[in-house]
Amino acid sequence: FWDLALREHAAVNQKGIYDEALSSFFRNVDTRVVGDGGSISKGKICTLKARAVLIDMEEGVVNEILQGPLRDVFDSKQLITDISGSGNNWAVGHKVFGNLYQEQILEKLRKSAEHCDCLQCFFIIHSMGGGTGSGLGTFLLKMLKDEFPEVYRFVTSVYPSGEDDVITSPYNSILAMKELNEHADCVLPIDNQSLFDIISKIDLMVNSGKLGTTIKPKSLVTSSAGAVKKRHQKPFDAMNNIVANLLLNLTSSARFEGSLNMDLNEISMNLVPFPQLHYLVSSLTPLYTLADVNIPTRRLDQMFSDAFSKDHQLIRADPKHSLYLACALMVRGNVQVSDLRRNIERLKPSLQFVSWNQEGWKTSLCSVPPVGHSHSLLALANNTCVKPTFMELRERFMRLYKKKAHLHHYLQIEGMEESCFMEALSSLSGLIEEYNQLDATKSMPVEDFPRLSVAM
Amino acid sequence: MSVVTVQLGQCGNQIGFEVFDALYTDSHCPQGLCSKRENEAYQASCKERFFSEEENGVPIARAILVDMEPKVTSQTLSKAAQSGRWKYGQHSCFCQKQGSGNNWAYGYSVHGPRHEESIMNLIQKEVEKCDSLSGFFIIMSMAGGTGSGLGAFVTQNLQDQYSNSLKMNHIIWPYRTGEVIVQNYNSILTLSHLYRSSDALLVHENDALHKICAKLMNIKQISFSDINQVLAHQLGSVFQPTYSVEGSCHYRRNPLGDLMENLVPHPEFKMLGIRNIPQMSENSLAYSTFTWAGLLKYLRQMLISNSKMEEGIDWHVQPPLSRLPTLGKASLNRELQFNTSIANLVILRGKDVHSADLGGFKDPALYTSWLKPINAFNVWKTQRAFRKYEKSAALVSNSQFLLKPLDTIVGKAWNMFASKAYIHQYTKFGLEEEDFLDSFTLLEQVVASYCNL
Repeated sequence: FWDLALREHAAVNQKGIYDEALSSFFRNVDTRVVGDGGSISKGKICTLKARAVLIDMEEGVVNEILQGPLRDVFDSKQLITDISGSGNNWAVGHKVFGNLYQEQILEKLRKSAEHCDCLQCFFIIHSMGGGTGSGLGTFLLKMLKDEFPEVYRFVTSVYPSGEDDVITSPYNSILAMKELNEHADCVLPIDNQSLFDIISKIDLMVNSGKLGTTIKPKSLVTSSAGAVKKRHQKPFDAMNNIVANLLLNLTSSARFEGSLNMDLNEISMNLVPFPQLHYLVSSLTPLYTLADVNIPTRRLDQMFSDAFSKDHQLIRADPKHSLYLACALMVRGNVQVSDLRRNIERLKPSLQFVSWNQEGWKTSLCSVPPVGHSHSLLALANNTCVKPTFMELRERFMRLYKKKAHLHHYLQIEGMEESCFMEALSSLSGLIEEYNQLDATKSMPVEDFPRLSVAM
Repeated sequence: MSVVTVQLGQCGNQIGFEVFDALYTDSHCPQGLCSKRENEAYQASCKERFFSEEENGVPIARAILVDMEPKVTSQTLSKAAQSGRWKYGQHSCFCQKQGSGNNWAYGYSVHGPRHEESIMNLIQKEVEKCDSLSGFFIIMSMAGGTGSGLGAFVTQNLQDQYSNSLKMNHIIWPYRTGEVIVQNYNSILTLSHLYRSSDALLVHENDALHKICAKLMNIKQISFSDINQVLAHQLGSVFQPTYSVEGSCHYRRNPLGDLMENLVPHPEFKMLGIRNIPQMSENSLAYSTFTWAGLLKYLRQMLISNSKMEEGIDWHVQPPLSRLPTLGKASLNRELQFNTSIANLVILRGKDVHSADLGGFKDPALYTSWLKPINAFNVWKTQRAFRKYEKSAALVSNSQFLLKPLDTIVGKAWNMFASKAYIHQYTKFGLEEEDFLDSFTLLEQVVASYCNL
């Protein structure tokens, strides 16, 4: 993500001035100054430091970052690591490490917050299936809610796929879900299988050499030219690129100008009609683009159509055949309001919206396209199509829990009891039930509520 | 007398720029079709209303810019400065960093009180620059958070602090689909509050402006900039100077006061709309000629059939033979064909204005029974042409034109409210369900009033 963010700003920011857009994600620091006083608020870029805190209970990944080409982007004071890891155990991450590192984490967060003129939002990036991301991550989430109640909490969660190799991932995920239900403002669920399928599709298109479908060399989605890592050795890099693009596009309208801006607080406002229902299915299009810059209208419309196809979603979901509570379209690049309107009118009839939100569309137009594309679209859907993911998770959980498999690893941690599991399960079931009730309204005719009558 | 403009939120600021630009370019348009002296008087009048003087001759717009995030205002300020023609005052801008999140409650209950002093100070400074104040023109959208919520708050403050000055709120009615999901909530909260504190609501509908761009201006890829320019053209054709008395050459001094006097005879009916003719791209202008008779015939039919443009008018709609008022909601459910007016103002600009025959607008059948046409209908004229239009006519009317859109918005908001959707987002910032109910009640009253005309 930081790699792509730097490249994106580098493409736009020709003069090397530290501007508002950059300051949303980066601090400008004079590294010659010792201690904390090196922040520069205007003028030329000196050294950019990511506004980030990196936490891991093992050292491997963080060390790799600190030895890599982006090492100067991270402030060594913003790291928290341990050696032993959480053993894929939510309880270890949440209870043991949570308690152990609570003070430290809080201090580093406060420091980071102080460096901001106006702190609007926290992005938490983690996985659900392991121990640290899942356990310590959700501990952190609660802490953020208590310490900074007015700051939005956006969580990007990687859910375990069906063939996940961590046996206890269902336990970890469900325990984490309860925390997400209660303490997150917005959750963007992702799963590895979907990311992998998207990458495979792109590879297929590139290698088949279909006429007219060449990947733009500077595209951030797939390119390694100019990127920090020379080759994409593991598929994870390409897959993570997609998620990084998601975060970039989510924040583009807040960072850059456009004719219809959309801030992060507007996402929550428009897409979360009830506090619990804050899970947003996302899709990014186009993933590949063509050589010519002036895309004729037909292809622009294709970008909109693809956003609703189940093949472009970042989790296994089919929004078209489920019920929409709300939908947001965030467009970047050379697209005008008439293009947006035309496509909404065109696609609306094939989508089902809940009765009280038949025109539930939120739109934004940002003039700055992503690097290497002329335009792009991020669609966020609050849609009952998340339900199957949660139901599958619950099933996998039940299969383990019925046999009490591996339960002792959790129960031996102080503060963990069977009731924790039961509560987490019931929280998830409650959520699923809400979606069920909404789905039940799908085929019912839309009736207006009787209006207030006024005496004349 | 001068008008102080308050530009609120992204919408308000983007529009404000286009409006001042249109006013400026028109007043400096070389094809005025009148004598030099006349032109100078026109320019001077326009300047008095909307611009104040600067040392190096660049006029400064009498405006303050307010937004809760910095991107749009800084863009607006630099666009004006770069034009070299006019600009905004150096210290006329107030902005914050975090935005209002499309949340009316946040704009009204959080930003309002927090920034009340700073904003009112800015307004005060601008007012002090005026020799005499005609009133305030507040530009805002209903769908977002800043324009709508903070706009309602500021208008209320203006009512308290400047109780003798007039306030006209220019409101943007959002697209029916796809701008902001909570736009119906934000709209009803805004309208109900403004109905209590504003003197007149001048409404522009995005859908209508969009159609004009598509059908009349032939723009293929319509941007908000295009829409705002059409809007600015319409506003300019209303706000630019006109003669104060029939046959005289002196320009009227109090545009807002005169508008209110002519168009808002009763506080229950505050919603005004603009229609303009001809509306076309400037390239097509060279190939067209118009007569006043033709223009006015179309304009009249646009009024009574509730059409916003001169294409696709339904010529079958005619005034009813009897003027008995129809009671109750039944009349709303029937296709409301004929658009009854409370008051109308026609503004004519250009060649041979004195020869224009306005008899069609004086027909009592157009109006509700409790106002005679002699009171309900007024004309303003000037020989000086507007922009490049040899003849142009604008109609500002207080009529049933917004009845259906208003009813639709209230209905949708009510359905959402009944499901309790999104309410927690508003109650988080101090609004309560009671406040929603109050808004609904007030607006149902307004709907009923317009319905029974």
